[in-house]
Amino acid sequence: MGLRLRQLIVLLLFSQLAPALPAAAEEKAIVVASTTSTQDSGLFNFILPMFKAKTGIDVRVIAQGTGQALDTGRRGDADVVFVHAKPQEEKFVADGFGVKRFAVMYNDFVLIGPKSDPAKIKGGNDVVAALQAISKTEAPFVSRGDKSGTHAAELALWKQANLDPANTKPAWYREIGQGMGAALNTAGAMGAYVLSDRGTWISFKNKGDLAIVVEGDRRLFNQYGVILVNPAKHPNVKKDLGQAFIDWLVSGEGQEAIRAYKIDGQQLFFPNAGEG
Amino acid sequence: MRDRSNPLPIEFQDVAYAAGNTPILNAISLAISAGPPTLLLGPNGSGKTTLLKLAMGLLTPVAGRILYASGAEIARRRCAFVFQKPVMLRRSAARNIAFALKAAARVPEAATIERLLQAVGLGSVAERPARRLSGGEQQRLALARALARDPAVLFLDEPTASLDPAATKSVEDIIVRTAAAGVKIVMATHDLGQARRLAGSVVLLANGGIVEQAAATTFFQAPATTMAKQFLAGELIL
Amino acid sequence: MAVLDGMTALELIWSGDARLFQIVGLSLLVTLSATVLAAGVGMPFGALLALSRFPGRHALIVLVNGAMGLPPVVVGLVVFLLLSRSGPLGELGILFTPQAMIIAQAILIAPIIAALTRQVIEDLWAEYRDELTAMDVTGARRVLALLWDARFSLITTLLAGFGRAAAEVGAVMIVGGNIDGFTRVMTTTIALETSKGNLPLAIGLGLVLIAVILAVNALAWAARGWSERHVG
Repeated sequence: MGLRLRQLIVLLLFSQLAPALPAAAEEKAIVVASTTSTQDSGLFNFILPMFKAKTGIDVRVIAQGTGQALDTGRRGDADVVFVHAKPQEEKFVADGFGVKRFAVMYNDFVLIGPKSDPAKIKGGNDVVAALQAISKTEAPFVSRGDKSGTHAAELALWKQANLDPANTKPAWYREIGQGMGAALNTAGAMGAYVLSDRGTWISFKNKGDLAIVVEGDRRLFNQYGVILVNPAKHPNVKKDLGQAFIDWLVSGEGQEAIRAYKIDGQQLFFPNAGEG
Repeated sequence: MRDRSNPLPIEFQDVAYAAGNTPILNAISLAISAGPPTLLLGPNGSGKTTLLKLAMGLLTPVAGRILYASGAEIARRRCAFVFQKPVMLRRSAARNIAFALKAAARVPEAATIERLLQAVGLGSVAERPARRLSGGEQQRLALARALARDPAVLFLDEPTASLDPAATKSVEDIIVRTAAAGVKIVMATHDLGQARRLAGSVVLLANGGIVEQAAATTFFQAPATTMAKQFLAGELIL
Repeated sequence: MAVLDGMTALELIWSGDARLFQIVGLSLLVTLSATVLAAGVGMPFGALLALSRFPGRHALIVLVNGAMGLPPVVVGLVVFLLLSRSGPLGELGILFTPQAMIIAQAILIAPIIAALTRQVIEDLWAEYRDELTAMDVTGARRVLALLWDARFSLITTLLAGFGRAAAEVGAVMIVGGNIDGFTRVMTTTIALETSKGNLPLAIGLGLVLIAVILAVNALAWAARGWSERHVG
């Protein structure tokens, strides 16, 4: 058998590695950099098949933290970014990395806490007061600490409460540098409070004795935006396919698909194209 | 085109060899010429293996030099070596021969391979994995591999040392036939009987030096040195 | 992976779930390809390292041995930076594809294969040196002869490389992006399901992964046994 067969096998497998460039250019697929919380909520699994059925375009979602997703867009490794951090999104466009930001939908954050509720905030609807209580009682709090949209929202809320645990680093404030699921796992294990998006919370399977302690505060609303990566900066961007995706998301059909997505009978995302 | 120049005579001029700090051969001067088999005799540790390896070019002298009539380059290709414990390649007997042929820049034709195997009596086990041959069969295969090089000189290092009498006989028969076909045999042995059977000339080594070298008949019937007499009488030479 | 929610791994295997088999299939394709690629580079390199003598050889051996411990996530990061559109090889456009994953894993395990091959060939050379030198076997013929004769030991080397690649998650996560249906493999799925709190499913998938790795090892061992009996 020896040499010839082995050479053939190696050749066959090498052919698998041939740069996909020619094929990729014709392939009807785009890469969308989005966030782990959006991915984990299951929204994409629901709406993307509809988009594909309508346009034949394959949407490949890379789920990262917001910071990383925008960075992926900056590097030109994605065609579209779809995140929830309006100030960072606007800067992305202003710096020339994105063409235009379109509002798509919003969901909300909820403050999660252990059954023991050491800060005694359960049932409240004032998130800022709740955070102040947590700080005062030094109850454990888990932060994602990963420059994600959720992390940015959390930091903004601490600021509104006139507190700065991310910089003073008190012992009860635990930064883990990971995604939403990991943060919930950690909070459950530690008996700590944590800020989560509602979508991830509902689909989270390891709730243990965690529960929602504060919700409904307007300050907890979380706006999503979608942006086409600027083809002027990265000519490889598939701008027509990418724009088709954006157009669909903000169209009546796309917005209805978003509205229709439910977990346990609850609607997660509220379409608001043209508003946020 | 394969160069068929003859490397003989091979001349050792004051050759010495040491392994690290241990001297093994001192000031060996010797000529290996065409003709009947030359047998190297001597007790263990006398340097027989080292001498053979030096002649083959597997070792380099630390003093003195070795001259080949055809030049060293060509000599390497016209010589072959059979080791005391030959290494069988992990493949069939036939493929071992094919490998040796290719290495010697000869075409590994099926007919050639079969002829070589038949010559050593291994025609029936051509496809058997070489490592599963008996000790005697492996030694014969090593011989066939060496002969595949179509050598002018064949060095053998105690080829029958670990074989039973029947296997020893078949190997000796092959050696005799090979010598008759014109190949110069240079062989180390500690078996006096074997030396009597095969030798045309004898070189007796002891303590790293040549004690006596002579035609076989002379050596066995009228040895010149005391040591040779003691050796032939079966005494230990220290 | 809505389909996986609420189902155990066993149910999935039993029902022949297409998504699960796609993930297993992709995992095998990526890791096996990476192993072949790494062997194609690592084995000749290791053999040459075993047989050559040059100044700095010992330092190079230490380096190759040390590289066996390259952290997968670091390899992933470096490959990511190379393949990113903003990187030197961005033109290839293979970031976030299975090709990138194969390359990253191949880089990760090539040192393992090279280092172990070097050791095996060096030991074998000690045994074969006189015989091969007497037969005038040099250069490429010598390297190939030793590699072929060492093939049974080298199978274990390949399995070591395969195992390391099959078990890692850092490199494939970064360069593949864990894209559903495209670059999601067993290890990244396990990481994802764990982060979603789907622990029973994650453990089930972990057992599937271990079973797959064991199956590959068993097949390789059987092949070795067959080869030994028939080819010697």
